[in-house]
Formats: sequence, C-alpha cells, structure tokens
Amino acid sequence: MQPSTTNPISPFWRSFRVSTWLGWQIESNWTDPLLFAIYSLVRPITGILILVIMYGVITKGNYASPTFAYIYLGSTFYMYVGSIMAGLSWAVIDDREHYKTLKYMYIAPIHIPSYLAGRGVARFLVTTISVVATILVGQFILNLNIDFSAIDWPLFILSMLIGILMLAMMGMILAGISLLIVQHVWFLGDGVASALYLFSGAIFPLEVLPAWLRPLGYFMPVTYWLELVRRALVGSVAQAFPTLSGLSNLQILGILCALTVVFAVIAWLVFRRCEHLAREQGKIDMVTNY
Amino acid sequence: MSAQIGITDIVSQHVDKVSGWKLFVQTVIARAYPRVIGQQREKSWMFFDVVLPLLGVCSYVFVYRAIGAPEDYIGFVVVGGAMIAFWMNVLWSMSSQLYWEKEQGNLALFILAPGPMMAILLGMALGGLVATTLRALAIMVLGTWFFNVQYSVASFPHLFAVFFLTMVALYGMGMMLASLFLLLSREAWHLSNLATEPVFLVSGFYFPIKSLNFWVAAAASLLPLTLGMDAMRQLVFASGPSLGFISVPLEIIILVGLSVVFLVGARALLSHMEKLAIREGRLTENRR
Repeated sequence: MQPSTTNPISPFWRSFRVSTWLGWQIESNWTDPLLFAIYSLVRPITGILILVIMYGVITKGNYASPTFAYIYLGSTFYMYVGSIMAGLSWAVIDDREHYKTLKYMYIAPIHIPSYLAGRGVARFLVTTISVVATILVGQFILNLNIDFSAIDWPLFILSMLIGILMLAMMGMILAGISLLIVQHVWFLGDGVASALYLFSGAIFPLEVLPAWLRPLGYFMPVTYWLELVRRALVGSVAQAFPTLSGLSNLQILGILCALTVVFAVIAWLVFRRCEHLAREQGKIDMVTNY
Repeated sequence: MSAQIGITDIVSQHVDKVSGWKLFVQTVIARAYPRVIGQQREKSWMFFDVVLPLLGVCSYVFVYRAIGAPEDYIGFVVVGGAMIAFWMNVLWSMSSQLYWEKEQGNLALFILAPGPMMAILLGMALGGLVATTLRALAIMVLGTWFFNVQYSVASFPHLFAVFFLTMVALYGMGMMLASLFLLLSREAWHLSNLATEPVFLVSGFYFPIKSLNFWVAAAASLLPLTLGMDAMRQLVFASGPSLGFISVPLEIIILVGLSVVFLVGARALLSHMEKLAIREGRLTENRR
C-alpha cells in the first residue's frame, strides 16, 4: 500500500472554505434574499443615521464639515469591528450553546482556528454590503464629499487587508476566552466592541476623551486602522484632526502592522491556552442554557 | 413497621385548588418571581446590563461634546440610554420570550398548566419591569454623575404619570408581540435584532424626536417610548419644552390610548395563538 501524499495546507483551507459556506448559510438562509438584503442594510444604516441626525441637529445641517466625514466614515467602517471580531467569538457560542455542534467540530478532522476564521468571513461579506451601501447613501444623499478619483486606493486596500487580519486576531482572542467562560459569553463580543467604539476614536477624536482614558485609544490598533481608512478615502479632511496629525501614513501603517503582529501573537497564545484548558476541563461540550 | 401511604390516601387528601382571580394573581407572582429573584442570584448580570448601555451613552455624549452641543443634549442621551434598558427588556425578554420558551420546551407546559397565559405574560412583564427599573436607575445615576447632568423637574406628578403610562403601554406592546413573534418562529430572533437601531432612530433615544419629519415622528409615536421619552424630557430639562414634539397632556392622552390598545391586542393575539396551538398541534414544536 502506498502512503498517501497529503498537502499540509489542505486541512486549513478545507476547514476555512467549508466554514465560510456554512457561515453564509447560517447568516442568510433564514429568509428570502430580498428580506435578507433589507435586514442587512436597515440596521447598520439606521445606526449611522442616528449620528447623522445628532450631528445635523447641532450643526444645523453643516454636512460639508470635515467633522461629519470623520464621524460618518469612522462609524461606517466600525461595522467591521463588530461583525468580524465579535463574529468569531459568536461562532463559538452559537456552535456550543445553540446548535450544540462544537463537540463534533473538535472530534472532526478540521483546524478549529481556520474554521472560526471562515465563520467570520460570512459576516465580513454581509458587512461589506452594508458598508458600501452606507457610503453610497452618505455620498449621494448626505453630501459626504468623497472624491472617488482622489482616493488613495493602494493605501485603502492595504489598510483594509491589515485591518481585517487585525480584527480576526482580536476575534480569535475573544473566541478563545469564549471557550472557557460559561456565563456572560453573550456579552463578551458586544462588550469589547462597545468599549473599542468609545476608545478608538471611531466617532469622535480621542482629544474629547478625558486625558487618563486616551492611552487606551493609542494602544488600540483599531484607532490607527480607522485613521488610515479615513486618510485613504478623504485625504486632507481626515488629517485635519489633531489626534494622529503628527504622523505620516507610513508611520501609521507601521504602527498598525506592529500592533497587528502583537495581537496575532497574543491571539495565538491565548487561543492555544484557552483551548487546552477547555479540553482539560471538559468545557468544549458544556452547554450552559444561558 | 413503617407507615405506608397508598395512592388512594394521596388522592383523597384535600388539595386547595385556586381558581379565578386568585389563580391569576398567583400565576403572575409565580412568573414574576424568577425574573426578580434570578437577578439577585446572578448579580454580575446587573454589571453587564448597566455597563454595556453606559458605554453606548458615553460614546454619544462624547459625540455631542465633540460637536459642541448644549449641555441639555447630554441629559437627553442619558435619559435615552436609561430607557434603552426597557426597550431591550421588552424586545428580548417579552416579545421573544414565548419563542425562547418554545425552544427550551417550556411553552407546552405553560399552555397545559391551569394558570392563564395572560397571567404568565403579565408576570413576565412585571418581573422584567422591576428588574429593568433597577438597571435603568443605575444607568441614569451613573450617567448623571459622570457627565454632571442638570435636571429641572417641572412637575413630579406629571413625570410619574408619564413614566407609569409609558411602562404600561410598552409592556402591553411586549405582551402583544410575544404571541406575534411566536408565530414568526425562526425569524423572531432576527426581527428582535432588527428592532434595535431602527427603533433607537425613530424613537429619538439620543436626540429630540422633534428633529425628525413630523409624519415620521407621528408614526414613531406608535411606539410608547417615543412619546414617553419626549414627555419626560420636556418635564425634566429646562430646554425640554422648546424641543418637545407635542404637549405633555396630549402625549399622556395618547399613552393612555396606546395602553388600552396594546393590552386588548395582547389578549386577542394570545387567544388566537392558543387556538392555533390546539388546532394545529405544532405551535409548541421545536423544529430545530
């Protein structure tokens, strides 16, 4: 009998590919495509419209101001934080508590981190639709003033790639912790996303925060990622704000890369440790019914 | 020789069976009990239920600060943030509750039990209301403390009346939606998810509802929190009356009307749901 030759990449790719398809089915097959599209767009757009109205009420509709672009784009791209980061940890909760399949995942020949990453991709795709629709609404209805010919596409694409990787790493940390905790797992993703919303300068410059809270924002890679995305899309408008105005695009990109590496290492260590403990303590198949 | 008790002895023992209004009240208390006591047993839930909405409140307050809004708007956000606790409770622990009960296998037991379903829903509402009021108060107190919100209460009796009527109408709506969501089955979860940001927008949780188009605000007034919050803001903030949608007395009258409509609607939908359960025999089936 000849030994089979196996591609070492295949378990990762297979787990990732199949879980991406599975994630998409879970996200979308509960209703017809039209209702799904409406559902995917209404919630994020109305979330941003709250900010638009708050801004409009106070500034008497001065949507040409750089502040508006800052708030609008920060809030729009922040959708990815909630969906990718919280999505990975949600996959653990969903499979363990709801579908009760996590235990089967662990005895199947799949690579769990790749599987979780694949589940996050489905959310990424849905969110991308929402982000594009929201930007179009902002551009054509709210006078967002994005000059599509002036967009720094290389910077935008690069920062998106690094940003998504960074969010996946942060999500992997939460997924690892979700394997261990039985209570409040529902709150974990939302809680971290809410905290980052406050500390990452997504909808207001960090200078508005009390001085003792600002260092938190400077440590968060999301702060630099959002800044890069804004600079790529609206250029000098984003640079008008004092928070990171002293840094060039390259410097911010360097900081984002460094923090992404740091979070990747933390994610690898945390997930491996949590997974080991969850196996040892029999928590993989523990259903809490919370 | 040990005393033996036969089945006939057990059957012949007198058992006090309650019925009528006594059964109704006992069912209400029984269903409210786990909502109130459950919270005491899991105090850390209180922490998360307060901290997460508070983070949202802080974000919106800082946005107002960043764009130089008047201080009363900070108070508007704090009040709105506190009232979100009630909306989330109605959405997830009232409207979706019968659906969850079905998933857990309890719904069939509820329907089989002698206690009226209306009393079960009312118990859920009262228990949830008590537990949520504590959370909302905590958010309100902390938000006021963090951001130094100044209140100028125009009339305490009006304020209590508005709050009471808002809660009656809101939880009445939750009772009505409970039956409706049950019929929607798997879509209920998504519907609850959907009814967050859009409702925060149209009900003016973070800004005066007057800022919206009149007809949008009028349509949003079908949600009790829209008028309830507008009236409360008019009554507790100095600039409230100038930013109010309609007068407080008119809002009180509409809230009375909404309370009646939602409670009657809850009763009608519940009867419909019970008839369906009997006729089709599948309503309590967990199809997952």
